This record gives sequence, C-alpha cells and structure tokens, in this order.
Amino acid sequence: MVLAYAGKKQLMLEMLGKGRELANELEKELTAVIVGDENHALAEEYIQYGADKVFLIRTNQEMFKAEEYTQILTGLIEESESELVLIGSNKDGKELAPRLAAKLKAGCVSECTDIHIDDGDIITERTIFSGKAVAKEKINSKQGIITVPSKTFDPLDADTGRNGDIIEKEIMVDPSRSKIIDVKEMEHSGVNVEDAEVIVSCGRGFDNREDIELAENLAAQFKGRAIGCSRPISADLNWLPEEHWVGLSGHKVKPRVYFAVGISGQIQHIAGMRDSDIIVAINKDPDALIFDNADYGIVGDLYKVLPELIDAIENAKT
Amino acid sequence: MNIIVCAKQIVNVTDIRIDKKTNKPVLQGLDNKISDIDKNAVEEAIRVRDEKGGKVTIIMVGPSEATETVKELLAMGADEALLIPWDQDYDYHVVSELLIGGIKKLGDYDIILCGEASLDLFSGQIGPRVAELLDIPQITYAQEIGADDEKVVGDRNLGDSIVTVESSYPVLITVTKEINEPRLPSLMDILGAANKPIEILEADDVVSEVSSPTVETIDITGVSMDRKNIIYEEMPVGEAVSKLVESLGKEGVI
Ligand SMILES: Cc1cc2nc3c(=O)[nH]c(=O)nc-3n(C[C@H](O)[C@H](O)[C@H](O)COP(=O)(O)OP(=O)(O)OC[C@H]3O[C@@H](n4cnc5c(N)ncnc54)[C@H](O)[C@@H]3O)c2cc1C
Repeated sequence: MVLAYAGKKQLMLEMLGKGRELANELEKELTAVIVGDENHALAEEYIQYGADKVFLIRTNQEMFKAEEYTQILTGLIEESESELVLIGSNKDGKELAPRLAAKLKAGCVSECTDIHIDDGDIITERTIFSGKAVAKEKINSKQGIITVPSKTFDPLDADTGRNGDIIEKEIMVDPSRSKIIDVKEMEHSGVNVEDAEVIVSCGRGFDNREDIELAENLAAQFKGRAIGCSRPISADLNWLPEEHWVGLSGHKVKPRVYFAVGISGQIQHIAGMRDSDIIVAINKDPDALIFDNADYGIVGDLYKVLPELIDAIENAKT
Repeated sequence: MNIIVCAKQIVNVTDIRIDKKTNKPVLQGLDNKISDIDKNAVEEAIRVRDEKGGKVTIIMVGPSEATETVKELLAMGADEALLIPWDQDYDYHVVSELLIGGIKKLGDYDIILCGEASLDLFSGQIGPRVAELLDIPQITYAQEIGADDEKVVGDRNLGDSIVTVESSYPVLITVTKEINEPRLPSLMDILGAANKPIEILEADDVVSEVSSPTVETIDITGVSMDRKNIIYEEMPVGEAVSKLVESLGKEGVI
C-alpha cells in the first residue's frame, strides 16, 4: 500500500498524482489520510484525484502535534501494511516524518524531487549541499517514508467517475505533555513566488522597509511579477512575510528573470533561485558572491541604479 | 538543569566544487566546521545554564578527528563533550540510535537541543527522531525559548504563524538561526577549554548492536551553475543601466 498524508489540500493532490503512479507500479492501492475533520467532500475529491481509499480519522487530538500524529499514522501504516508513505513537506510534515520513521525504524528521505520504483526498490532523488548536488538514494527498510515539497509533482485531472472507499475511524492518542498556548497568525500578502515569471528580490542592501517600494516599482514593469527577499529581510527584520522568502529554508523559485538586489549571494540564498532562467544582480560590492551566480550584473548603489533602471525599462517599452 | 546539545560536524558547503570531468562534488580537502545552527543551539544552552545553573554537554556522532571542532563548542562555554566516532555513511536511523545510546550513558537530562537542520544535507531528521526514541515531546523551529524551573516555553516559527508551546521536562527543542547570535570565543576561552573533558565512546559501547543503514546512497551528481557573468562595472550608472536594458531586450524579457 502507498499511503499519503498532507495537512494542505493542494499539496495532497500533487502527492496523489505521484502516489497513483507509484502505486500502479507496485501494483498496490493508494490511500489518503484526513485527520481531524469529517470532511466527506474532501475525501471524495481525493478519490477523484487518484486515491483508492481514504481514511477519515476522528480523534481526541486537536491541533497538530508531531508526537500525536505519529501515533495516528503508525497505527494506519501498520494496519494497511503500507510500504511507502508520502508526507507533505511543509513545516508540520518535516517534523512528523522523521518522528514517524524513528517509531517504525524506517528510512526517511526529506524533500524529494523525484521518486521512482526500480525492480521493486524505492529510489529517491533530492538536492544536497545547498543545491550543488543531487543524491540518488535507495530505501532499504521495510517501510520508506518520503517527504514531498509542494510544486514537485502535478495533480492528475479530476475523474468524477472514480470509485473508492471512505473508511471512518476513531483513533485516540496519548496526549503529548506539551501544550499549545498561543497561535499568532503572521501577516499574509497572498503572493506566490513559486509561480512568478519575474521576481525582484530584496536583501540587506535595503536600508529601510519603505525602500522596498523601489523594488516594487521595478517589478511593476513586468507581467507575472512578485517580490522576493533573502532570509534576514523576512526572519530577522520582519519587513516581508514568509511567502516572499527565497532560499534553502524558504521558497524555491524558477522565474524567467530573477533580480537579486542588495543580496550578497550566500549559498543558502542561491539554493532557492538557482533554477531561474536569467539572474540579474545589483550590488555595490564588486566582489559579492552573487555576481558569480549571475548572468548580468551592475556594480553600483541600488538607490542610484533602481530609479534609472525603472526609467530606462519604461522608455524601452514605449 | 542538565542540557545536552547534539552537534554535527560538516564540511564547508560554500567551498564544494563540482569536478568538471566526473561531474561529482569534490569533498576532499575542505575545511570542517560545526554546522551553523548547532552553534545557535549551543549558545542557547549556555544562556539557559547561566540563568538556571547546571551543565551543558555536547554529544556528537562523527569522524574521529572531530575532537578539534568539538573544542570550539567547549570554548564557547559548554562544560563537557561525548564523541562517538563514526566514519561510515551518515544514516539518520543509525546516527539517532547511536545518539540515544550516548544520551542514556550521560544520565539525567532536562533539555536536549538541536539545530533545526544541518547545513549540508538540511533534512532536520535528527531532532524528531531522538525525541521519538526517548519518547519525549518535541518543540521544533524555536526562535525563542524561556526556561522555567518546572517548564519551558518556546515560540515556534512556522512561517505563516508563530505557535507558542509549553512543555514540562524532559523535552527536545530544535532552534532556528534567528534565536541568538552565537558568541565567538576569546583566546582565553580557547585556552581554558583545553582542559575540559571530551569522552570518547565507541559505537559498540553505546548500543548492543549497530543497526544497518535504512537509506543507501546510490549516486551523487553535481549540479552545474554556469552563468553568463556579464557584469557592468566601472562606468556611470546610466551607461550600465542602458547596457543591461539592451541585454534584457535581446533576451526578450522587455
Ligand atoms: C541554516 C540556514 C539557512 C538559511 N536559509 C536561507 C534562505 O533560505 N534564504 C536566504 O536568503 N538566506 C538563508 N540563510 C542566510 C544566508 O546564509 C545569508 O546570511 C543571507 O542570505 C544574507 O542575506 P542578504 O544577502 O540579504 O544580506 P547580506 O549578506 O548582509 O548582504 C547584503 C548585500 O547588500 C549589498 N549592499 C549593501 N548596500 C547596498 C546598496 N546601497 N546598494 C547595493 N548593494 C548593497 C552588500 O554589498 C551585500 O552584498 C540561511 C542561513 C542558514 C545558516
């Protein structure tokens, strides 16, 4: 059996797309798991997108805690004799998968970019060394646990005629000793850097939050644009929400053009944008690493370069 | 308060080159260092110990010569270290079992700290695996922690939200790089650390049987990053800008 779990619907649909292919190759069933709400409509949808079976789990568990979800999934994996478990690689999934793997004494591969079956073996690919290399690995344990990042695989087209089983279950967990005492939602801008055609990305070279407007004005010259940023702009300074953060620990983007403005080009940033078609760097330090990773660059003060660049592009268009 | 920090030695990823002929990353001859976020974990451990008393113990599963990098953590202020030499493939299942074996030898503990992930492979598996094997709660991605006598509170950065979690002891916490600025030890600190104990226990001393790896590496291939590197410098801004716009025009993006 191939079992798939992600807390987010879109990611789950993508995983079901790949999961279907893997289940066919293994000649096994594909099972989706929904925890916590008795959402029959969602279960039906998962079947239309490729699942043979959906476990709808009722539980005493409230908000996500890896300790408790580990108990729920371990039971389901053992009962369904799943050999391949796909977990959505968001923050929850990334802390759940290894915990689950420890419980099952299983191999776990994080953030796979490809999965296939070779002679019955599960073979995975993932990037390592901040994007400098790709590791091809084989899972040798009875069960294999794999986390799948969003936008890695495509969902199937929905097939409204597909049939499948919805199985309701009640699983009570031993509550964790930990307690969630507060949840603060962060500001959202609703931007999706992963789909952008042109990204203007801001780094510590910007002196103030307000100055990001300069980047926005440059971006405004293009269609399908988005503002990106380096980790410190989001995580340290809180100038932009997490949705804009590009890099190893942020979003992986592949636009047609990526402008890196006031970004030094540390490898952890490069890891998130190295698949861009064209990289343009603007930095006042001629020795900045970003120039090694750029197709075009201007050595100069962004406060001088950006206004002129915006004007020049505007003129070029007319 | 007994605090254990799991630390990993890695190569400096920035210096990895891809051999043009074999298309493989070249790992020989690179500098070794402690994975960056593990230093944040050590810094946080020292901070909590200085406030609450107790001791900070470093545990590492890593190459035999890693005593050199472990000394840096002792110089920062950790009290003692345990190294379990391991020169074979780095399998998360095997390494976490060895860590557990070592942790059990160390005796009572209140907090186990890890970095969110190591900078070379960035999987973030060790923390949650260790927590499960010890059957204790995990507080991951902590960007701030406050330790009390009875409990610890951590602010978890999940990107779209900050979740504040409280737990009694013992607990495992993984930290993000934003939690603090790791201190740079002074020359005095480095000299002082020379006498701090680094215990070495072989794998066979900490587990009755070393498990076989659950994941096997079949192949590692380099990803090349060849770019045009056309840089406009040492010219007036206006000129550089028009050259860039011309190039972008030729690329068909304007
Ligand atoms: C575990 C881990 C994960 C990480 N993940 C990520 C990640 O996902 N994404 C990420 O971005 N980083 C990540 N980092 C951080 C990364 O290592 C760098 O610290 C970060 O990318 C630096 O951001 P920056 O380039 O904006 O700032 P800096 O390195 O401070 O660079 C600022 C640049 O701006 C230039 N500058 C200054 N003023 C001007 C001006 N007026 N005009 C033009 N240029 C100017 C400077 O020359 C400099 O090159 C991670 C680090 C770790 C340890």
